[in-house]
Amino acid sequence: MPHDTSDPQQPPHSHLPSDPSLRVKALETILTRKGLIDPAALDEIIDTYENRIGPQNGARVVARAWADAAFRTALLEDADPVLAQMGFNGRQGEHVVVVENTPERHNMVVCTLCSCYPWPLLGIPPGWYKSDAYRARAVREPRKVLSEFGVALPEGTAVRVWDSTAEVRYLVLPMRPAGTDHWSEDQLMRLVSRDSMIGTALARRPDTGGVAGQEGAE
Amino acid sequence: MEDPSHRPDPVFDSPWHAQVFALVVHLNERGLFTWPDWVARFSSALRQAGLSQALNGGDDYFAVWLDTLEQVMLEQGLAGVEDLTDMKRAWERAYVQTPHGDPVHLEDPS
Repeated sequence: MPHDTSDPQQPPHSHLPSDPSLRVKALETILTRKGLIDPAALDEIIDTYENRIGPQNGARVVARAWADAAFRTALLEDADPVLAQMGFNGRQGEHVVVVENTPERHNMVVCTLCSCYPWPLLGIPPGWYKSDAYRARAVREPRKVLSEFGVALPEGTAVRVWDSTAEVRYLVLPMRPAGTDHWSEDQLMRLVSRDSMIGTALARRPDTGGVAGQEGAE
Repeated sequence: MEDPSHRPDPVFDSPWHAQVFALVVHLNERGLFTWPDWVARFSSALRQAGLSQALNGGDDYFAVWLDTLEQVMLEQGLAGVEDLTDMKRAWERAYVQTPHGDPVHLEDPS
């Protein structure tokens, strides 16, 4: 039973964690005692996803594709070996497909089943990507969802929605903003937001130079 | 839908989200289940949970992740309902018996 930690009659004891938190601890203890898990490996996984993997990986890929035509061609043809060479392998053996935005077609990624996502390139998905609202509406009314993210596409641009699975994850290659002809890969990276690689934003404009909050502006 | 790209998201909102996420990734890498199997189980549980309420993708999402993992462990005979309940109670006792500020340790298995 939960204990009332605010009761002044009780001696001060350690703050009792939430019910799910205690259930996770219980599972972890049982599995550790059975030798099925290594607590150090759990810490390593958490550290990796909290500190070492994130949208900066995907932004590196996008910036290189913008700067290097041969790299871009190889990436669009078969992303897996290209990403493996950069050290961005999927831990679950999934394939990554890179889909390119053009003036004719804007790409947007969802996982209608759950929340499949290119972890090695973008890290852990944001809450909204996992929400029922996004998962249900991205397919049904993508333009409306895009407009709520502040993205207004020209009428002639079609929207293609890609539904991720356990086996295939998608990364959107946004269109390179104009006025960035002589920019280095590092400079270009600053224009690539997480959302632009999910397709719920456009790349940042060079005049906003990587200032957060400008993605999605037309 | 609010545009959340204007503020940095923490990777995990709560420590237990990170713990249960890591447990599943680790058990998959140890070969206890394949990733497509996990996704099939999880997405089916997510669909069930979403029938009664709209999931916001936060606590409720990881609650389904935890329910699914408990169910898979139960089916594989690795952690029964009673084992889990007893161990959870042991942790509760450990927290209640530990003075505030001290590290919380579980009593040794008898």
